[in-house]
Amino acid sequence: MSEENSTPKTTKDKKPARRFRERWRALLTPLMAIVTALILGAVVIVVTDTSVYEAFEEGFGVGLGRAVEVIATAYGAFFSGAFGNPGRMVNGLRIWIQTGDGRAWTQSLYPITETLRYATPLIFAGLAVALGFRGGLFNIGAEGQYFIAGLTTVFVGYALTGVPWFIHAPLALLAGILGGAVWGVIPGYLKAKTGAHEVINTIMLNYISFRFAEYMLDVGGPMARGDGRPVSPLVQPSARLAQFFPSNADIRFNIGFILALLAAVFVYWLLFKTTIGYEIRTVGQNPRAAKYAGMSVSRTIVLTMALSGGLAGLAASTDILGVIGFMPNAFSSGYGFDAIALALLGNSHPFGVVLASLLFGALQAGARNMQGVARVPLDLTDILQGLIIIFIAAPAIIRALYRIRTAESGEEVVMTRGWGQM
Amino acid sequence: MNNDNFKDTRRARGLGIAFLVFAALMLILFLPGTTGKQQTTFAFDLELSRALPIGNLTFSTQGMLYLLAVLAVFLGAWQLAKGFKQADLILGVVVTLFVLAFLTWAARDRSVNMTGMLQATLLRAVPITLAALSGVMCERCAVINIGIEGMMLIGAFTSALVGSIGKSMWVGLIAALLAGGLMGALLAVLAIRYKVNQIIAGTAINILATGLTSYFSSRYLQVIHELNRPPTFSPLPLPVLSRIPILGPVLFTNTVPVYLMLILVLVIHVVLFYTRWGLRTRAVGEHPKAADTLGVDVIKTRYINVILGGMIAGLGGAYLVLSSVARFDENMTAGRGFIGLAAMIFGKWNPIGSLGASLIFGFADSLRTNLAILRVPIPSQFLLMAPYLVTMIVLAGVVGRAIAPAADGEPYEKQ
Repeated sequence: MSEENSTPKTTKDKKPARRFRERWRALLTPLMAIVTALILGAVVIVVTDTSVYEAFEEGFGVGLGRAVEVIATAYGAFFSGAFGNPGRMVNGLRIWIQTGDGRAWTQSLYPITETLRYATPLIFAGLAVALGFRGGLFNIGAEGQYFIAGLTTVFVGYALTGVPWFIHAPLALLAGILGGAVWGVIPGYLKAKTGAHEVINTIMLNYISFRFAEYMLDVGGPMARGDGRPVSPLVQPSARLAQFFPSNADIRFNIGFILALLAAVFVYWLLFKTTIGYEIRTVGQNPRAAKYAGMSVSRTIVLTMALSGGLAGLAASTDILGVIGFMPNAFSSGYGFDAIALALLGNSHPFGVVLASLLFGALQAGARNMQGVARVPLDLTDILQGLIIIFIAAPAIIRALYRIRTAESGEEVVMTRGWGQM
Repeated sequence: MNNDNFKDTRRARGLGIAFLVFAALMLILFLPGTTGKQQTTFAFDLELSRALPIGNLTFSTQGMLYLLAVLAVFLGAWQLAKGFKQADLILGVVVTLFVLAFLTWAARDRSVNMTGMLQATLLRAVPITLAALSGVMCERCAVINIGIEGMMLIGAFTSALVGSIGKSMWVGLIAALLAGGLMGALLAVLAIRYKVNQIIAGTAINILATGLTSYFSSRYLQVIHELNRPPTFSPLPLPVLSRIPILGPVLFTNTVPVYLMLILVLVIHVVLFYTRWGLRTRAVGEHPKAADTLGVDVIKTRYINVILGGMIAGLGGAYLVLSSVARFDENMTAGRGFIGLAAMIFGKWNPIGSLGASLIFGFADSLRTNLAILRVPIPSQFLLMAPYLVTMIVLAGVVGRAIAPAADGEPYEKQ
């Protein structure tokens, strides 16, 4: 509250050197947050490795050496799983240029494409929650919207036949948007008309959508494949999203990622360059003021939830049309809760959400490789994610730890005000 | 003022109509599948129970359906004509009538054990209630706790590990309380000292707790099975009270954590509304500045309440391990922390309201097993959806706006 009285300073009237230093400082804190989380993660890895204890029994130096070795193996696998092996990339490129055989080159790109692939649905889901936050709504229901959108997408994907791809794929995507939007509009409408809290209603709708999907896909259910497995039929090839590397079946990197980036640009444009976006943000900041300014608060709430649900729906659509190709029963994604973290990490800004999703995508891809190569449980990602969120959200801890001077306080976003009373 | 009156009459009328709709639904939904000769049996005696036997109740299915519908119609008409003072309570009665109608229909030509169903409902409601109570403790002093789920997970994990090592469920229980309190302290430090957005802090706690428990579980508990075999509490029938029919087996033949939950509901209710501490807590939640002016230590109040809230969540996790399954599984809380959050809002930030709401969700959970026994002809998924749907309808139509503590979610800065 007290900051409001201090005179606001814009970055424009400062010298370039100082501006650069401030930008660097603003970047330094999240960077050190990630580094600190990785250090703590290394401590967890070492402490839980029995071979380190055995080595310490032989002598302090041996133990220390073994500890360093364990960390190096784990994080080596982690980074090569998330970003790839530079040596292999260069080598692959060389083979491609010399012989014209690009297989080694594309295979060396596999890790980085995995990172981007994992990031794709996270971007959509993160944008969904971020948009809700901007409008003062807490959408815990991205998970449920994901399920319903999965059903609508996969239905259009397999039931429609004989349609060219440039109609079929967009239609299937649109079905996902609509499914998610409908599932988002329900709590939005209830909030606008009756004041029923969207947090309860989105949680309730999550459970309803789990059961509904279970019913639809259960053996003998309306959308089951019919071969005794609780999964939907395969989506027609015409509805599948185009792959970037169709020659390599391992790489599942598709244009869904481009769509996600476009969605982020769209949300940015909508929020900050249009009247609708202005209304969404005003209702989010101060519904009473919005009302006195002549905006329709109810309409804005419903619209925000529709957009939010639609975005969450696209997470499912791109997963199904771009990667899986069908909808399995019980495919709990966990995106709903990751999305909350992403929206918060990205400060509810579309581009912030993209960066946060890329980080989480890299953590996912890296941890999978780390589990395979160094046999460190996958769950280390959650530990790292939790720590990173804490450190980024409480920069004071990091600043105190590394004695970074406080950056001048920038514009703070009011993301959620309690339970959002109206 | 006039506007409020108008809203009240409209709400009263809405409730009356809702009661009539419930009555109509009972007949429309359940009557067509029955014949005049069918009979339903409600059993009340449990095997191996100390309660005095009272025998079964067998009655005509259609007769019972008509009776229940008529009762609901009567309540609806009364509400429309004169209005009940405690309309929310009557709403509860009508919903109960509806559930009874459903059970009457589902158990036609068969028997359903009511005592068993109530018992299962209470047991399933225990972790949800504890989660909701944890939320009440934190939010009454204006700290939003979204991290209940994570705190429960940590509690469950600790109780399994420490209980196994110490070979005692009591040691496990106390460890879970401490671990939950520690997580509460983490939330408190982040939210109060560092003024982190409380929803971020809670989300971080959830993710961190999922990671920590799953990581250590796959490194230790799944490898060394002795570390995941805690002894469990067995039911402790209270003398005399456990011999009361129905109530005895349901309320007075329980494990220690269940009794703790019931006691906590009452204690928190009394403390919150009838003691100086409770008054201060509520003042801190509604208007921290005014409380501070009057000499209440806002920061200290929040720290204590949030840490206590964490301990209650830890107890909820320990219940899952020490009173039922006797081992820790990854993500075993399965969203109960969030359901508890919903129960807290549904119960309007009141301990007793939270218990009521949790019982509804507990009933939903217990239906899962009972429906399998009854072989209901509807896909079970739709029946399992019903309680969530009913919650939404009730919330939208009649309960209306839930009012959170005024300062909920706002960090306090001493001037």
